[in-house]
Amino acid sequence: MSAVIDHHHADHAHGPAKGLMRWVLTTNHKDIGSMYLWFSFIMFLAGGSMAMVIRAELFQPGLQLVQPEFFNQMTTTHGLIMVFGAVMPAFVGLANWMIPLMVGAPDMALPRMNNFSFWLLPMAFGLLLSTLFMEGGGPNFGWTFYAPLSTTYAPPSVTFFIFAIHLAGISSIMGAINIIATILNLRAPGMTLMKMPLFVWTWLITAFLLIAVMPVLAGVVTMMLMDIHFGTSFFNAAGGGDPVMFQHIFWFFGHPEVYIMILPAFGAVSQIIPTFSRKPLFGYTSMVYATAAIAFLSFIVWAHHMFTVGIPITGELFFMYATMLIAVPTGVKVFNWVSTMFRGALTFETPMLFAIAFVILFTIGGFSGLMLAIAPADFQYHDTYFVVAHFHYVLVPGAIFGIFASAYYWLPKWTGHMYDETLGKTHFWMSFIGMNLAFFPMHFVGLAGMPRRIPDYNIMFANFNMVSSIGAFMFGATQLLFLFIVIKCIKGGPKAAANPWEGAEGLEWTVPSPAPYHTFTTPPEVK
Amino acid sequence: MSEQQSNARLVKRLLLTVVAMFAFGFALVPLYDVMCDALGINGKTNDTAYQQESEYIDESRTLRVQFLATNAEGMSWSFGPEADELTLHPGETREMLFHASNPTDQPMVAQAIPSVAPSKAAAYFHKTECFCFTQQVLQPGESVLMPVRFIVDPALPKDVKHLTLAYTLFDVSDRMPEKLAISAPQSN
Ligand code: HEM
Ligand SMILES: [Cu+2]
Repeated sequence: MSAVIDHHHADHAHGPAKGLMRWVLTTNHKDIGSMYLWFSFIMFLAGGSMAMVIRAELFQPGLQLVQPEFFNQMTTTHGLIMVFGAVMPAFVGLANWMIPLMVGAPDMALPRMNNFSFWLLPMAFGLLLSTLFMEGGGPNFGWTFYAPLSTTYAPPSVTFFIFAIHLAGISSIMGAINIIATILNLRAPGMTLMKMPLFVWTWLITAFLLIAVMPVLAGVVTMMLMDIHFGTSFFNAAGGGDPVMFQHIFWFFGHPEVYIMILPAFGAVSQIIPTFSRKPLFGYTSMVYATAAIAFLSFIVWAHHMFTVGIPITGELFFMYATMLIAVPTGVKVFNWVSTMFRGALTFETPMLFAIAFVILFTIGGFSGLMLAIAPADFQYHDTYFVVAHFHYVLVPGAIFGIFASAYYWLPKWTGHMYDETLGKTHFWMSFIGMNLAFFPMHFVGLAGMPRRIPDYNIMFANFNMVSSIGAFMFGATQLLFLFIVIKCIKGGPKAAANPWEGAEGLEWTVPSPAPYHTFTTPPEVK
Repeated sequence: MSEQQSNARLVKRLLLTVVAMFAFGFALVPLYDVMCDALGINGKTNDTAYQQESEYIDESRTLRVQFLATNAEGMSWSFGPEADELTLHPGETREMLFHASNPTDQPMVAQAIPSVAPSKAAAYFHKTECFCFTQQVLQPGESVLMPVRFIVDPALPKDVKHLTLAYTLFDVSDRMPEKLAISAPQSN
């Protein structure tokens, strides 16, 4: 805990160090935030390339481009990289950059731990990606790595996979501890909990979810490791273990995990919609309570991923109703966002476009979730493309559009320049059309019975799959435009004022743009 | 309290939570077994001999019990029940023999894992004796007849008329080298 004890304020008076070592050794929340964001973007492109391989193979029925073994590695690593390498680090990056600015703190509470938790990530994902080149190939058992596929039948590289998950997990836990400490201990005088911006609130709750479930994930991969190397039988029926238990432990982590990926996006959208509606957020208090309710409920619904494993009827009913209950606080949130826009003076800059698309498309994902939550119906939908459509509707226009909206919203603060609005809108519309083309038809092929994680399919699904692939290529290519927009914005563009958005409120807009290397060294007074 | 001190306290508590949740993950393992046992879910049946408590036989009900035998991947024994099914009354003690033989030229250890369907009947299916309570060791070419003796509880829900007892046979020779050593035939 030396990071806690010998953290001096004296050496904070200078600007950034010069050269490469600035980035290796930095403890500055803005530097670390930027590194998280760049890292996550690189992972987004890496995971995205794998998605392109998947969609290219599925462009037509039959096997054209890759072998089934490699296809399985692509679906698995695509999922793992997007979840743990792209979405989660992007939100931690946003938290690093924005939470100290939003609560009026000079930096994160534990700056050295912050540096360490970032640098674990390149190691974790370097390791994970390297398994693709190992004897026997990389992980091929799905991002949910169900035992015994991931134990008895796993490729030898599984040990490196386990280690990579451990590293990424430690990084997330340290990041979460840091965020909680910053929010609870470093708020400016006068910033009571119920005055915190919603992005800070949702991150606080997310951080507690991380602390609660990442250790369980670490536990389950440790059990796998022991089954593989030390002869235990946690998941091996021959030795008295039970593979179904793997699924229970995994989803005890896994369902809260999906909320870890969406709650910070809820927060960001709750900042952006009021700004471009020029009205305060409707129902602030209910937003906070709804977020807390979602977080609580997320712990008691995990078996909705397991309706088909043979749980007793009372269990099916409990998990079905508990899952449907989540729609209530989620509905409160959607209602509040719509009410905020109602009769507002709306303008449609890129962040707002992404935020509105978030509300609409995330709601579609919520509805397909409700369909999946109907236990008897799930026997038809489970493990089909309908599930794939569901989770891409909540994750792409949910988590990822939330990240894009945040990036456009705060880019002026980060770079001191306005991004190119025309290009931004182009990026939005191409992403919007691309992702709907890619994922909407998956609902239909899923309902008709097309199984997920299979490289070939019945020719009756051919047309919809071709549409999906075209949409996916469009969505993928558009992200290079995003890269261009960001670089262009860093290099130049119209000067951004301290508050470039007419309707924006909050401490982050009181510091100049770009935000100086050190901000709030004397805490602001919040009234 | 200074900022450093309150940070240190908070971090300590959060780390404790992390450790506790890591332990909780492992605690789920015994918890899961207890739940499955107590509620008779997941098709799991008793893995030690059942002590019969009542002699009551419900003659008014007749049940069919079917037997299935499957080899786990990589298991080369021949393994199966002597008959496909039995009809019986709840409360009756009945027996079925399973044959197993080792066609390989290696001594091997096997473990059979039972499962009862429908899963809600599992809690009412009591084995008073079963070859699955222990491992089987067979020498090359050796074969054996193994009994399972069981009672279906008269409290079995009325809508269940048909049960399946399925065994999966696993090769556990690698995990149980000591069993092989003990059983090795005495040469020289
Ligand atoms: C009203 C809210 C929601 C409901 C009722 C719901 C319900 C469900 C159900 C029942 C399944 C299991 C389907 C099956 O495997 O047969 C599922 C899968 C999934 N959901 Fe949701 N969900 C909701 C929101 C979300 C959100 C917000 C996210 C993430 C941001 C999410 C991500 C996922 C993922 C990733 C899977 C698939 C996991 C896999 O098997 O690979 N869901 N959902
Ligand atoms: Cu879930």
